[in-house]
Amino acid sequence: MEEANFVFNMIGENWIAFAIISLLPMIFLLAYALIAILGELKISAFIQERLGPMRTGPWGIIQPVAEVVKLLQKEDITPDSANKPLFNLAPFIMFAASYAGFAVIPFSSYFVPSGINLGLFFLLAVGSLGIIGLLMGGWASNNKYSLLGGLRAVAQIVSYEIPAAMVILTIAVMAGSLDLQEIIRQQSGWFWNWFVFGGSGGWIKIIFLPFSFIMCIIYIIASLAETNRTPFDIPEGESELVAGYHTEYSGMKFAMFFFAEYANMFIVSAIITIIFFGGWNSPFGDFMGGPIWGVFWFVSKAFVFVFLQIWLRWTLPRLRVDQLMYVSWKVLLPFSFVCFLALSLLVMLK
Amino acid sequence: MKDYFKNVWLGVWTALIGMRITIDHLFRKNVTVQYPNVHPKDKAGWMDMPSNARNRLYVDMDECNGCNSCARACPVNCISIETVRSVPGDAPPPLASGGKRNLWVSQFEIDFTKCCFCSLCTEACPTGAIVMTTEFEYSSYNRYDLVYNFVKLQNSMSDEKIAEVKEKWAEHQKEKKKEAVEPK
Ligand code: SF4
Ligand code: SF4
Repeated sequence: MEEANFVFNMIGENWIAFAIISLLPMIFLLAYALIAILGELKISAFIQERLGPMRTGPWGIIQPVAEVVKLLQKEDITPDSANKPLFNLAPFIMFAASYAGFAVIPFSSYFVPSGINLGLFFLLAVGSLGIIGLLMGGWASNNKYSLLGGLRAVAQIVSYEIPAAMVILTIAVMAGSLDLQEIIRQQSGWFWNWFVFGGSGGWIKIIFLPFSFIMCIIYIIASLAETNRTPFDIPEGESELVAGYHTEYSGMKFAMFFFAEYANMFIVSAIITIIFFGGWNSPFGDFMGGPIWGVFWFVSKAFVFVFLQIWLRWTLPRLRVDQLMYVSWKVLLPFSFVCFLALSLLVMLK
Repeated sequence: MKDYFKNVWLGVWTALIGMRITIDHLFRKNVTVQYPNVHPKDKAGWMDMPSNARNRLYVDMDECNGCNSCARACPVNCISIETVRSVPGDAPPPLASGGKRNLWVSQFEIDFTKCCFCSLCTEACPTGAIVMTTEFEYSSYNRYDLVYNFVKLQNSMSDEKIAEVKEKWAEHQKEKKKEAVEPK
């Protein structure tokens, strides 16, 4: 399949085009991070029936800018007994790993930064690269809380990677491809062609609807755990570990961890959108279709899942470590095996 | 096996219940106000401060019988009450609510720099004289301004009156002593 990329079409395949392509997600990411931080502040406030930030700008809408400026101004402390190279490297690895995920995210049928045909696999691979940053930061801080937080993060992410991989495997079976654009194209048409509703195909898929629903829920739960969001924020549980792996970080480096967390939130939301909710496809057939509306549909679908993550954060309390392992190994994994078999059967019947 | 599925189902179901509750609260009206710009009392639909609000105390000296219960209940000892006993035939005016009074309350001080607003005093008071008000903006540059003497503030007893009842009581005591020394 020939890769459609509007930047290449406009100015040809030269280094300027490559620079623009690699910077576009960054611009998007900055804008998104500001919106998501504000969303987090305001949604948490409204759920608790508070007003939230109100002073900076009308209704406090430039509060995230103030927060970022504040973080950048703060003194950047490196503890004396920390291992300096590792300590300083960790936030960069963490952020680079999350940003690498954006390389294959198809924002529209005419824009994907890098249209490799192993996109799904690539996302899975770089998604777990961030753990190295977490563990590095936790270990190099030379602080018991940081180390505990880093170890917990690794245990948690490695465990939840497996149900998530099962889900992605199922999608690979259903779509017969690892190319994200191809996966999205197969879900075109009305919203009942989305993989969460069993993908396109005859009425036989109705029997398999529960399985694809469960698959979607499994992926949402596993992705919450992979981004260390509540209720799976055990690596940074403030009541037991101060701030977990980033206890010793301040200023700019803390901001990078923070930024990476928000970037990860968007990446997992984007993956859910791509593999279950039709990516840039319009839910209503050709209504508001096309590449430009595609960006709109993709971003708004992804924001729904970002909202879901924030909503869950202010709903559920933190799990215990043993409950965390129970959920992953004893609940998500068997369920995902069963659903994998069922959905493979569906693919054979189609 | 049955327990396992029930457990999983309960986990999902209770999470959904929780999400329904939080989404419901998301669209409710805020209970907090933008304080210095909007006073909580001005909030539309609010008659008063919330019932559990803790603010400045007020003592209605027409209701206080000087029983000292509030001072004893106070965990930080910030209430200091002085009373003078009345001589027979010269009882203080009865309480506004009608009860009898035998003590002149000559001093009733609350030190608001110490008060922790626990409201234990209001619960101990038998006559309901000491109450929480809705006033909380009373910071001061001088901490002695925060020692409130309610006798002075409400002018329930003038200094002369206090001196008079004190003298009367002293005389009464003397007479009593004399009577004890030389019985009739
Ligand atoms: S509110 Fe508590 S601390 Fe204050 S005067 Fe009453 S009993 Fe004492
Ligand atoms: S408890 Fe009530 S009646 Fe007794 S001294 Fe205190 S305020 Fe007065």
